[in-house]
Amino acid sequence: MAREPVMLARYAEGLFWMARYLERVENMARLIDVTQGFESPGREAESWYALVQINADEENFARLGHTPGAEAVKAFYLADAANPTSIPASLEAARYNASTLRPLISTEMWRQLNMFHRAMSAIAPEEMQGDRLSRLCTRVKEGVQTHTGITEGTFFRDQGWLFYRLGRLIERADQTTRLLDIRYHLLTAPNGGEDRRVAELERWGGVLRAAAGYHGFRRVAPPGFAPADVVAFLLVDRGSPRSVALCVSEMEACLGELRARYGLRGTVDALELAEELRAALTGRPVSRIIEGGLRAFLDAVQQNLNALAAAIGTAFFRDWRPNAAS
Amino acid sequence: MAERKPAAEATPLFAGYAPGPYFCELTAPREGDGGALGVVRARLAAIGIEALRARAAAAEGDLIDLGVTFTVYSDAAAIDRILPFDCIPRIITAGEWDRIERGVKQRVAALNLFLHDIYHERKILADGVLPRDLVLGNANYRPEMEHFPVRFGTYVHICGTDIVRGRDGDFMVLEDNARTPSGVSYVVENRHLMNRTFPDLMAGMKLRPVDDYGRRLHAAMAEIAPAGVDDPQVVLLSPGIYNSAYFEHVFLAREMGVPLVEGADLAVEQDHVWMRTTAGLRPVHTIYRRIGDDFLDPTVFRPESLLGVPGLIGAWRRGNVTLANAVGTGVADDKAVYAYMPRIIRYYLGEEAILANVPTHTCRERGGLDYTLAHLAQLVVKPVGESGGYGITIGPRASRAELERARAALLAEPAKWISQEVIDLSVAPTLTESGVRPRHLDLRPFAVTGRESWVLPGGLSRVAMKEGSLIVNSSQGGGSKDTWVLAAEAG
Repeated sequence: MAREPVMLARYAEGLFWMARYLERVENMARLIDVTQGFESPGREAESWYALVQINADEENFARLGHTPGAEAVKAFYLADAANPTSIPASLEAARYNASTLRPLISTEMWRQLNMFHRAMSAIAPEEMQGDRLSRLCTRVKEGVQTHTGITEGTFFRDQGWLFYRLGRLIERADQTTRLLDIRYHLLTAPNGGEDRRVAELERWGGVLRAAAGYHGFRRVAPPGFAPADVVAFLLVDRGSPRSVALCVSEMEACLGELRARYGLRGTVDALELAEELRAALTGRPVSRIIEGGLRAFLDAVQQNLNALAAAIGTAFFRDWRPNAAS
Repeated sequence: MAERKPAAEATPLFAGYAPGPYFCELTAPREGDGGALGVVRARLAAIGIEALRARAAAAEGDLIDLGVTFTVYSDAAAIDRILPFDCIPRIITAGEWDRIERGVKQRVAALNLFLHDIYHERKILADGVLPRDLVLGNANYRPEMEHFPVRFGTYVHICGTDIVRGRDGDFMVLEDNARTPSGVSYVVENRHLMNRTFPDLMAGMKLRPVDDYGRRLHAAMAEIAPAGVDDPQVVLLSPGIYNSAYFEHVFLAREMGVPLVEGADLAVEQDHVWMRTTAGLRPVHTIYRRIGDDFLDPTVFRPESLLGVPGLIGAWRRGNVTLANAVGTGVADDKAVYAYMPRIIRYYLGEEAILANVPTHTCRERGGLDYTLAHLAQLVVKPVGESGGYGITIGPRASRAELERARAALLAEPAKWISQEVIDLSVAPTLTESGVRPRHLDLRPFAVTGRESWVLPGGLSRVAMKEGSLIVNSSQGGGSKDTWVLAAEAG
């Protein structure tokens, strides 16, 4: 084929956001599933409210008239379309973007997303209860994973694929930092007796499961692992698909390819930011990061990810409004 | 076609089927079908009503999942609907198609010659073939087009010709659609759907293919690009995802392999049109636009239009970009001008129309108005300058009050109306809740014209799903059928 297909700025933007929103949907389902599975007796309301904190949604949650409690938080994220971070709202946004991308994405991608959106826009209250909640979360996760698989197998590999990947990777890295942020804060209570230690490890297991890293961690973790090992796994492990450092280095690869193969020189700023971020993550041992204050570090990573998204948006997208971006 | 069974009318599937006085597209005896009609009837009968229903439901489910939908707006709510799909195909013989194809090409040729003339020398007006003010005073006449050259003299690159069949099976043109006709995506999607759902019905049938449309359209769009451009960039300009025909825009952009753009994706700089890509501005040479003239350029037409591109008309007038269809074609497919089409064809081509008009009375003319008022209850009264089946009064089916309203409207502004004889539209067997029943239908073939015209074999068969209804428009509850054009027998 003689012609290198051009990529409309609006399409690149739509792909970036479609991927981001779907990644958000999957992560939300993971968090809800794990929260349900690891509710601490007597502290249910607190466990569920942690979800709201992870997403920095406290204000939104109150504004929409919810009060902290398991049912309210579940409804807020699974059924409240007025909540912009809810699964229905994210899916709506993903489908909206997909509909603007229909000339570009595969028919199979559109069809699955269309059906997934329809299935999820009618979640009955009883599906959020008891044993059915976990199955609902599985359906949501599998809906996104099906999308991911169909996309991998059918989506044309040009610039669009790279913008799609960038959206997904930025969101994934961001979600991992949020997960670490809140759980670390909640769970690093001073060591107590053996019972306390086991309970704590169990909760760390929950964190790892939320990031699909439990079994991977088992394979690489030292036998008597400490919370810092979990932090290291989620921040910098080169094999864990949701680790922040892996996401960042994959972003670098995408940006590099946009530059080298498609001659997009607007990648300069974004590449520089990605490089800095990678250096901040891998330039010193994780123990030193924790000593310096994990929370502040994670905040800085989140800000860098926002800056990275803004650099991509400013350089390539048609309607990018930095202030409107989350 | 080896399998020949006794007349299908005797089987349960067609047991209650009575087309009455109307020409039936599947059961009326026709020459030159090579036995195909009988084979299809027999195969349908063998499939049986239950399986037909099940497969029809599956096919419609498919359309919903695929988002092969159009958007209906009512009470401020937007609802995505599928175009109801009837699984019993409509069959056109090779001989019939030959006539339709020639007739459509003739009409498109006349429309283009007419447009060229009225925007240049106006010989037809000087010769008094049709009234000056009917053309020059027409709301769709565009002075911007005067003395503006278009490549190959083609104004109407994509034309949809609405054709009906009367009681005797003769084809007549009901309307020309020379602005932005829609529906072609359903022609292709319906065929795909039939291939998936009814392989047994289609086995061994020698049908003219419909898959070629996108390639032909792209070739024509490339052909009409400004002269001297190698490998021109074609785009499809759509109002966006909220437009009722958005699916079709997606379909056509994909089939042509070109970007679907919205107005804001384009920019005009130094009288050239550009699109905003990740690599900056890239030139655009041909725009297949699916937005109306009025919305193309807010600096020239409607200033409040957000759909268009400021400066687009300027770039076009300098010959740096081609628009398809050209601006100002609405004057040619106007219902008032339609009445003159047989005369227009004769004037420019020196031929009789291959496809007749439906007898039409022009109410702007005294005689036409008087006749219409005297025969209101027997005529169809249509407003000029409207589309989508809106504002029509069908005399024989109208209430006394509706007729009186039509009479008052006619007297108030006669030039806004035409009237036509009621055509007993042909029917085709259609799957309904009460079994297979006759439903009226029309046919919209699509012609693509760059240097020359090509007509997609078949076209969109629109079927009125309600018993007795003559309104086939999708906005009024019409559905569609796959349209089979039988290939000519070899030798």
